[in-house]
Amino acid sequence: MRHIISILLENEAGALSRVAGLFSARGYNIESLTVAPTDDRTLSRMTVVTFGSDEIIEQIVKQLNKLVDVVRLQDLTEGAHIERELMLVKVKALDHAREEVKRLVDIFRGRIIDVTDSTYTLELTGTVEKLDAFVKALDVTEIIEVARSGVTGIARGDRALSV
Amino acid sequence: MELTGADIIVRCLQDEGIEYIFGYPGGAALHIYDALYKQDKVKHILVRHEQGAAHAADGYARATGKPGVVLVTSGPGITNAVTGIATAYMDSSPLVVLSAQVPTHLIGDDAFQEVDAVGITRPCVKHNFLVKDVNDLAMTLKKAFYIAASGRPGPVVVDIPKDVTAHKTEYLYPKSLTMRSYAPVNKGHPKQIKRAVDLILEAKRPIIYTGGGVVSAESADVLVELVRTLGYPCTNTLMGLGSYPADDALFLGMLGMHGTYEANMAMHDCDMMLAIGARFDDRITGDVAKFAPHARIIHIDIDPSSIGKNVQVEIPIVGDAKMVMKDLLKELNKRDKEPDTEALKRWWTQIDKWRSIDCLSYDKNSDLIKPQYVIEKLFEITDGGALVTSDVGQHQMWAAQFYGFKKTRRWINSGGLGTMGFGLPAAMGVQLAYPDEPVICVTGEASVIMCIQELSTCKQYDLPIKMVNLNNRYMGMVRQWQEFFYDRRYSHSYMDALPDFVALAESFGHVGIRIEKPGDVEGALREGLKLKDRLVFMDFITDQTENVYPMIAAGKGHNEMHLKPTNGEAPPERELA
Ligand SMILES: Cc1cc2nc3c(=O)[nH]c(=O)nc-3n(C[C@H](O)[C@H](O)[C@H](O)COP(=O)(O)OP(=O)(O)OC[C@H]3O[C@@H](n4cnc5c(N)ncnc54)[C@H](O)[C@@H]3O)c2cc1C
Ligand SMILES: Cc1ncc(C[n+]2csc(CCOP(=O)(O)OP(=O)(O)O)c2C)c(N)n1
Ligand SMILES: [Mg+2]
Repeated sequence: MRHIISILLENEAGALSRVAGLFSARGYNIESLTVAPTDDRTLSRMTVVTFGSDEIIEQIVKQLNKLVDVVRLQDLTEGAHIERELMLVKVKALDHAREEVKRLVDIFRGRIIDVTDSTYTLELTGTVEKLDAFVKALDVTEIIEVARSGVTGIARGDRALSV
Repeated sequence: MELTGADIIVRCLQDEGIEYIFGYPGGAALHIYDALYKQDKVKHILVRHEQGAAHAADGYARATGKPGVVLVTSGPGITNAVTGIATAYMDSSPLVVLSAQVPTHLIGDDAFQEVDAVGITRPCVKHNFLVKDVNDLAMTLKKAFYIAASGRPGPVVVDIPKDVTAHKTEYLYPKSLTMRSYAPVNKGHPKQIKRAVDLILEAKRPIIYTGGGVVSAESADVLVELVRTLGYPCTNTLMGLGSYPADDALFLGMLGMHGTYEANMAMHDCDMMLAIGARFDDRITGDVAKFAPHARIIHIDIDPSSIGKNVQVEIPIVGDAKMVMKDLLKELNKRDKEPDTEALKRWWTQIDKWRSIDCLSYDKNSDLIKPQYVIEKLFEITDGGALVTSDVGQHQMWAAQFYGFKKTRRWINSGGLGTMGFGLPAAMGVQLAYPDEPVICVTGEASVIMCIQELSTCKQYDLPIKMVNLNNRYMGMVRQWQEFFYDRRYSHSYMDALPDFVALAESFGHVGIRIEKPGDVEGALREGLKLKDRLVFMDFITDQTENVYPMIAAGKGHNEMHLKPTNGEAPPERELA
């Protein structure tokens, strides 16, 4: 099963490598990992997307909690939650593809954020599935470059991850 | 008054009450060495190799329960210490390792003697720090000691750049400390305690299986009370030996790969397993699919990640072994119900049948020195009261099987990492902690060579360790596996050109004795132990063909033990009541 684990950790040098090192040393899967400081500059929030059996996820959660830099964590997938990923795509935009791509961007509620004679740079946020579907739909033209942020997320309702 | 970083380090050590620090100097550490020179509260023990420093500090920590402290220089200093740090990590032993680092402005430049100490040690420490500002130094050291010794203990590395040891600031050592990201849970959940007691009292074929956690919780006396209150059989892991007195009738001996027949069969057939401070290591479980098929398991551990890691359990209890066992006893005393005496009687009858095959017996009429005999005699002569360290191999298993430990922190060996070379330096730390007690290092001729340089340290500090070398001229444990599983192809498990250990010990300024006949064993041990102020290296030339029995081969179940051929393969019949 796929799990999204959000982690608040001390914003200290090396904290990121502890988490990454834990996953590689113990052979856990990592699908994506995002990290940035929070409104409290002493804390970073990291979101890890991983998959494994219930036993493995339980171990991942316990091992993460055991890291001294980890302050708190939450398995978002245990409850209702919202997940988002940001994608930037550079595509060829020539002839009829210029119109076609623009139409697709509208359908997916994306934005064209940069334009040249021959290219568009597009921005889209959404779930992983939505971004995948968009990339697939883009076969009307040639994709030059894709940059995806990895997933971040937050619980719905009152459930919150804070210190 | 403002102090330099180096002086602050030394002051922190003094304020922590640190007696000994084990180390080896080098460029990046010189300010710290200078600060050490100017005082005499913290005594520095100069080892001969940084691995030795880590093992010695580890030995000290295991014997006393207090953190061991190491000081090494940057680059090769810290890399040499890594094996010792990993050894402490695997066995949850509290160490604080101070590693000097190149000056901050050179970090990342491939500077002279620079290695990424924090990166290299990350996977084998409980936590580590790089101190970039002298103002953080005292607080970081306070955290290091707190983290190393609390919860599930472990090694903490503090990497300190040379310029930080020169910079000055006001010294203030915090008395206590709380960390929002680190707060071990000590008290077991009351509901879980109640559920556990229900299950404990329902048991018909119970077993209490305990490990190193009972040692680190200083809870052997509570364990004894719990076991005796219930009348249930108890077994200890290699790391837990001494937690339950070996000479007590309720004790089944060690369990696991080289554990006793009775302990492993009882583990296999039990219907209730109470695991306390033990981590279901693969040397214990064998094939997990065949592990204790009828058991309902209660697991007490201070580290939540130890629970449910290898084996699924019914009642997890996160907490300190001592506090949880006390709560269990309180709850038991509240109940009217008693353990099922009828069922227990049947269970003990079965256990006694298993015991009767005498799985540790060996040939007592041999013309060659049997290694088991040496340990048995050692046990008798020291009345089971010595502090015993060991290296890794067959000799380690025989020491575990034949030296009947009655107390904790007296059996000091590398279980998790299995580090050859551990025994001698660890014994140095133990002897420093207990200068007037007999400290014995049971070793093998291959292991002892790995840190033999420390004989020189022993001379410098007059450490009267007694070395018991079970010299079988083989890497016996490797040879045994090759005999059993590789058709006796003894590939590289034999060393030609071994040293003359007697001459070697003498060249370091110690006493050496070689013993070649069974009849001389007891006399030599008595004579060696009598030399209270000398290190005596006793080189016992033992039977090369002896194997460690019983044995559970990797991937087998507890009921599929290899017994000694003379035990016969047919175990006494059993029925599950
Ligand atoms: C050659 C060789 C052969 C071996 N053969 C065997 C064998 O036959 N049998 C055997 O038993 N081992 C054997 N070992 C050792 C084995 O590899 C493991 O090291 C050992 O079994 C682990 O012991 P343990 O479960 O007690 O765990 P430890 O490593 O001692 O871990 C302690 C556990 O207690 C917990 N804990 C710590 N403090 C507390 C506290 N205050 N309260 C509660 N819990 C706490 C920790 O979180 C951890 O889970 C062998 C090793 C070697 C090198
Ligand atoms: C540093 C290290 N290298 C290799 C091993 C693998 N190993 C385990 S036991 C052993 C042989 C030990 O021989 P010896 O010290 O003579 O002890 P014996 O088994 O003969 O009693 C070896 C090589 C190890 N445990 N540690
Ligand atoms: Mg040998």
